[in-house]
Amino acid sequence: MAALVVAEHDNAALKPATLNAVAAAKEIAGQDVDILVAGKDCRAVAEAASAIAGARTVLLADADAYDHGLAENVAPLLVKLAPGYAHLLAPATTSGKNLMPRVAALLDVMQISDISAVVSADTFVRPIYAGNALQTVQSNDLVKVITVRGTAFPPGEATGGSAPIGTVEPTGSAGLSEFVRAELSKSERPELTSARVIISGGRGMQSGDNFHLLEKVADKLGAAVGASRAAVDAGFVPNDYQVGQTGKIVAPELYIAVGISGAIQHLAGMKDSKVIVAINKDEEAPIFQIADYGLVGDLFKILPELDAELERRQ
Amino acid sequence: MKALVAVKRVIDYNVKIRVKADKTGVETANVKMSMNPFDEIAVEEALRLREAGTVSEIIAVSLGVAQCQETIRTALAMGADRGVLVETGAELQPLAVAKLLKAVILQEGPEIVIIGKQAIDDDCNQTGQMLSALLGWPQATFASKVKISDGHAEVTREVDGGLETVAIKLPAVITTDLRLNEPRYASLPNIMRAKKKPIVTTTPDALGVDVTPRLVVLKVEEPPKRQGGHKVGSVAELVDKLKTEARVI
Repeated sequence: MAALVVAEHDNAALKPATLNAVAAAKEIAGQDVDILVAGKDCRAVAEAASAIAGARTVLLADADAYDHGLAENVAPLLVKLAPGYAHLLAPATTSGKNLMPRVAALLDVMQISDISAVVSADTFVRPIYAGNALQTVQSNDLVKVITVRGTAFPPGEATGGSAPIGTVEPTGSAGLSEFVRAELSKSERPELTSARVIISGGRGMQSGDNFHLLEKVADKLGAAVGASRAAVDAGFVPNDYQVGQTGKIVAPELYIAVGISGAIQHLAGMKDSKVIVAINKDEEAPIFQIADYGLVGDLFKILPELDAELERRQ
Repeated sequence: MKALVAVKRVIDYNVKIRVKADKTGVETANVKMSMNPFDEIAVEEALRLREAGTVSEIIAVSLGVAQCQETIRTALAMGADRGVLVETGAELQPLAVAKLLKAVILQEGPEIVIIGKQAIDDDCNQTGQMLSALLGWPQATFASKVKISDGHAEVTREVDGGLETVAIKLPAVITTDLRLNEPRYASLPNIMRAKKKPIVTTTPDALGVDVTPRLVVLKVEEPPKRQGGHKVGSVAELVDKLKTEARVI
């Protein structure tokens, strides 16, 4: 039976998290993976989706009601499409997490949240307790509604495919909710969840202004900038910087934790990174236990040194 | 209007959990249990709405074993008015919890339901969305700011790209994110007072809800351990190792 992946996008561009979800869907359904693009004036996204290697069909649902991806409006569309599929998948991003449980409840099935491995078409592994345990669950439901942990599934190729684009009749607006405004962070740097290198700051940064020390290093490395919950709570940086159990889950090639002690809630968001560097003045900080390379010292001295050293060796 | 908050009893967030040797789950015997931190934020938000005169009464609901009474008592000590315990020894998955909450809500008639965006034990992040779907209500998930005015709520949500604000019609379900508020501590006099506040106990059977789990947990295991702990002596050595040993820069 086929799988349907809900594409993540902003009506203009397809978000990379979609590719990870497609990769998980292929493990389940092989060649029979369709992609749903629901939005407004989002034909360009459907075209990008049709180029994804291995996609069977792209379904385009273009309507005012889908403009901002409001769950109240998009969920009925998925319910309408569900009879053709054994699996409905979305990336475990804030939009996927917002939408899919609503779909699951309307279909009277349990959602399988944030899967990190596919065992078989009905059995999946998912992290619980901030990733301190892995649960293997088998679903008895007819339709499996799933959100996918992006870091656990290497993204498929974004190009090379040429899936046909079919249109879907919109389901209309539920009339329950309206989009008011978005205040999105603007950054020239890579997105946290798809960056190859991330440098994150914690409470030890002492202020938001001091994050420019991280940003200088980030620019040398082509890195994204992240933060611990403590740094976000203290108002140093906006909420979308947060890496951790309830923030973003990341697994870059290189993660540099600066002034972060390493609470389990933070480790939950980054411990699958390939290489971890920790810079902290407290040599007892738990972050050092999982770091491949730890450097004990004052970050206000180390960061400028690191910046200079990277400059020198470039 | 009435507000309803759902509060889950979970292993305290400071406890380092242990996976059972037989892989059936996580050790909960003799482990400190607390209210799910996101639900504390939900209780606090309801209290603030009552203090602002928007909400007249706060009902705290918990579902599970008899000890969930303690979690309800914590909510009552923070300031909630009364409690409902849906008592069962059965494993409750989010779909079943949403159905039970719906049944309680149809009896109690709240116009606003506030619950944590996720529980820190199963990390599911489902119940609020499922509940609003079953009720046919709107949902505002991951809230960092809530403003209520004539029949509507304007809710600012923490999303991956930053913040998003939506307007939803009441009645509605709101799920809380970390920065919505800082929950208060219960004072000793309020803890004493909470002992006298009423808690009604009901059961899934009495509410007419089938709670049979849809997911079968085949096993629970420890994740692979990460080998860390190496230290370097200088920035130059660090950059050197990253270039030649780890080859990531």
